[in-house]
Amino acid sequence: MVRLRSILLFILLFKSFGSIIIAEQSEEFSEALLLRPLPDRKVLAHFHFESKIPPTRTHGPHHSLFPKSIYQLVHKFRVREMELSFTQGRWNYGRWGGYDPISSRNAKPPGVELWASFDVPQHQVDASWRNLTHALSGLFCASINFLESSTAYSAPQWSFKSFTTNVRYGTLPREAVCTENLTPWLKLLPCRDKAGLSALMDRPSIYRGFYHSQRLHLVSNEFDLAEASSGMVLEQTLTVVLQPVTLGSGMTFGSIRQPSWSLSSLFGRKVSGRCVLSNTSNVYVQLEPNLVSELKSTSAMQQESDVKNLVSQAWSDMSFEMSDSPVRVIKEVYGFHKESSLLYEYSLANSSDSRPFDLEFRWKRPVTWSSQLAPLQASRFLMGSGNERGAIAISLKSVGRSEYTDSSDDEDGRCSLRVDVFQVVPWYVKVYYHTLKVYLDERLHSLADVIERTNVSPSEDKVSPGLMELALRLPCDVNSVILTLEFDKGFLHIDEYPPDANQGFDIPSALIRFPEIKTKLHLFEDKSSCKSPLLSKLQEESPILWYTEVLLVPLTTPDFSMPYNVITITCTVFALYFGSLLNALRRRVEEEERLLKNKATKDSSPIGVLLSKLSAKLRGKPLEPPKSSASSSKVSYKLILRVILVAGIAVAWQYFG
Amino acid sequence: MKEEKQQNISTKKPRFWRWTVASIIFRLILIYFPKNLNLATRPEVSTPVTSLRRLAEGYWLTQSLMSPYAGSMYHGSPLLLSVLGPLTMKKIEEQPFHLLCSLVSVIADFICAMLIRATGLKLRMTYCERLKLLGLGKLFEVSEILPSEDIAALVYLWNPFTIVTCVGFNTTPVENLFIILSLYGACIRVAPLAAFGWVIASHLSLYPAILIIPVILLLGNGPDATPRKLFLMCKKDEDDSSSKGRVEQNGLKELKSFSWKPVVLFFVWAFIWTLYVLVLCGIFMRNYGGLSEMFRRTYGFILTVKDLSPNIGVLWYFFAEVFEFFRNFFLIVFHVNILFMILPLAIRLKHRPCFLAFVYMAICSMLKPYPSVGDSALYLALLALFFNELAEMQFSFFLFCGYVGVSLLSPVMHNLWIWRGTGNANFYFATGMAYACFQIVLVVESVSAMLNHDRKIRKLVAAT
Repeated sequence: MVRLRSILLFILLFKSFGSIIIAEQSEEFSEALLLRPLPDRKVLAHFHFESKIPPTRTHGPHHSLFPKSIYQLVHKFRVREMELSFTQGRWNYGRWGGYDPISSRNAKPPGVELWASFDVPQHQVDASWRNLTHALSGLFCASINFLESSTAYSAPQWSFKSFTTNVRYGTLPREAVCTENLTPWLKLLPCRDKAGLSALMDRPSIYRGFYHSQRLHLVSNEFDLAEASSGMVLEQTLTVVLQPVTLGSGMTFGSIRQPSWSLSSLFGRKVSGRCVLSNTSNVYVQLEPNLVSELKSTSAMQQESDVKNLVSQAWSDMSFEMSDSPVRVIKEVYGFHKESSLLYEYSLANSSDSRPFDLEFRWKRPVTWSSQLAPLQASRFLMGSGNERGAIAISLKSVGRSEYTDSSDDEDGRCSLRVDVFQVVPWYVKVYYHTLKVYLDERLHSLADVIERTNVSPSEDKVSPGLMELALRLPCDVNSVILTLEFDKGFLHIDEYPPDANQGFDIPSALIRFPEIKTKLHLFEDKSSCKSPLLSKLQEESPILWYTEVLLVPLTTPDFSMPYNVITITCTVFALYFGSLLNALRRRVEEEERLLKNKATKDSSPIGVLLSKLSAKLRGKPLEPPKSSASSSKVSYKLILRVILVAGIAVAWQYFG
Repeated sequence: MKEEKQQNISTKKPRFWRWTVASIIFRLILIYFPKNLNLATRPEVSTPVTSLRRLAEGYWLTQSLMSPYAGSMYHGSPLLLSVLGPLTMKKIEEQPFHLLCSLVSVIADFICAMLIRATGLKLRMTYCERLKLLGLGKLFEVSEILPSEDIAALVYLWNPFTIVTCVGFNTTPVENLFIILSLYGACIRVAPLAAFGWVIASHLSLYPAILIIPVILLLGNGPDATPRKLFLMCKKDEDDSSSKGRVEQNGLKELKSFSWKPVVLFFVWAFIWTLYVLVLCGIFMRNYGGLSEMFRRTYGFILTVKDLSPNIGVLWYFFAEVFEFFRNFFLIVFHVNILFMILPLAIRLKHRPCFLAFVYMAICSMLKPYPSVGDSALYLALLALFFNELAEMQFSFFLFCGYVGVSLLSPVMHNLWIWRGTGNANFYFATGMAYACFQIVLVVESVSAMLNHDRKIRKLVAAT
């Protein structure tokens, strides 16, 4: 018996061990960090962690690296794709670029943004979404559960993401992002922030940055029955824009200051080794195409012979130097532009506790360059004054370069540019969609010529937000496009205002999308480059996105301290109306007069007099007493009698009741 | 002396037409400056139910194959949408779209004034006739009875409230037109016309539905007159003396009975018109959720006071402040307040159905959730129809000053609160309160003045 049990146990152990082995074979985790000097002397740091598991159907439900909570989430709510981002600050498209893959993927609107698509029948999508928001809210210690209410999320059709159905999208522009959101995010990583690149995430230094966006992107093919399903891919990125500390180090050239930086000066920490669970663990330094061309031209000016130097011995250029020598230098083969960006790759494999990795980037002289910009610069603003109505305007300004748009030609051969606008407005901003106007180059233009496709689902009071999707087809040579929409400001119930009602309400960012202009890094189709998930991610094509500003709409507030006064005064007016009108209708002057005359002539028993007196009193008419001498004592006597009667009734009531 | 008066009357007629034409020209001039006046967005002028801007949005939604009621913008009738909707989109030679709609409201205003005049003429003729029948003709000389129909029409045309309503795009002139049409139809005892006006008016703005009582009384009893009891008294006297002619007595007999025929006809026609309207709406709404959706979005919106944007009424602030769990209770209380007064008024004023209609309209415009000055314009014009009867009304100067004061203060308070942000909602609400109080005083005083007038006639009849 004992033996049998031990055999069984052994078999069980063996089985589980075997499954672990299988899982380890196919489960993957990788980490990478990309650093990029920005034109305004700041540094972009982009952490990228990716976990993959094969589909449960073929490999079973056991896994060791992939976070269990996410796995359960996907299976419970049948999530096909999901993206959650926590952002603080606004991505500066004008300075930090709007055309490269990193900005189009990682520039997010302030606050929380969540979208998800589900693999469930149409009528269950909303329920799944509600459950998902609650689960994520608990998981990330954020108020994502506010997205549960139907006034907070919307269902974009095509402008947000092409070729997906059952998508739900919601944002919380005012959500404060802090370390309490980062910690649960880090918990999903196998090494947490104890080892590997995530050890760099010193809270004070990353939250000191100008832009901070932590993102979680999940793709799951779990529910596809096709053979080619790739399981689940969880991509976690943290994008920060940091200002290097300029304490003596760095170049000062006139007014331009070009601070040098190192990992330890940016983050206050060094990398003491890779996360042992990760397959690859690399650090990249990227130089933007414009910077490369600038470096080339200056070095050509100064030292004509050393042009080739840039590629071969790039880490010790004339303009800058780096403390370590890269493992390899990856050059972009082909871009839309003449210039291409450079990537220096460093591996963390050799670093350890005793020899921590600390990359230092020293400028030798100041260099000025600019980032690649999106074809149109978008911005959004409010028009009008006062708290009754206003207008939203979205302005798109051309950057004055036509090379972006060369690729997209119409059937007529005319060059054109397609722009998708996706905008969600809360219900208390009541938009009149028929007032949509388009100004091309500051001249009013007919809508039919410009707008290719529209999808509007107007907001319903206290039920759903308004959603507007527009596909614009613009001529390439357009300089400025302005879309305006008028709206009325709603008035809310006193309980619907937030505690700081006078601060105003936020209209979430609009999303401007250029679906025909794709961006990606064109690297050699090299096996080694494909091994790094970050690089393969950057090589995927993605449309250019632009999130506009969050708008702050002040709404009129009622007096919050007065509900009782308002209720009582209004009810008084109603009572006045009812009472006085009824009184006017009821009054019969002649009959009263006749009655009085009869009474006066008859002058019958004292009861009759009292009755007439009583009726006169009730009617509010002073009665001329026939005999004024004895009346006062009689009245008081009667009054006492009445009081006694009422008191008796009250006592009886109290006693028997 | 008599010749002079006749001259007066003959000169009065051209003067009336001159003023009418002048008022229409004045409106047409104002239409050309709507941008400067910005009346379309004033809370006093256009309410969520009557705003043409919202109608344009509803029409745009139907054009883009959506329900006009999607998006809580439009809350009017689908019929109005299909009639006025195309006008909001059309442009004539680069003129702004509102021109056609404004022309429609000018025409509606003019027809309305003409109908008021015709109704008033009928009323005055009956009034004089009755007085003669009662033998009081000598007491009330022809000269003393002013042409109240002209006055009422001019009051309607030159009332600043009407002008403002006409120029600021909204559907109130059209709604008023149907109310007056129903009263006029009842006055001349044409049951189909009365039924048509009543059905359309109730369909457009719900509250005119309670006009069914005055309309029935008008159809049954004929236009406003002195109480029937007086004729009985009078008849008795005549029987005693038997000095008066036979003809008059026959006339009195006719007046006495309540004629059921037009009333039955009215019900039949009202049924037919209602069916017709519902079928039309059903055809319009068949793709957008049917009639139940329409009722929910129009009458439901009016009855549940969903929109809390400020207006000149009192309910918006009340429901913005009241606690959520009392909301239903107060909704019932406020609506029942209107219904409670219907019966007492009908009993007391059954001999004066037109005046009853005025009181009902005034009460509705006071208690409805989305009132506008257009409603006041209508009942003020109806009030002017009883110029002769209400000559002894109390507080009329006080009321006039109150109306002027409120209509000056209310925009100021609104401006301070909404546009400058220096005022407070309470100030604006206070003007709304004051306005409600003035309306209450007006209703109460006019009702008691009318009752006093009847009393006076009774006394005079008794004296003769």
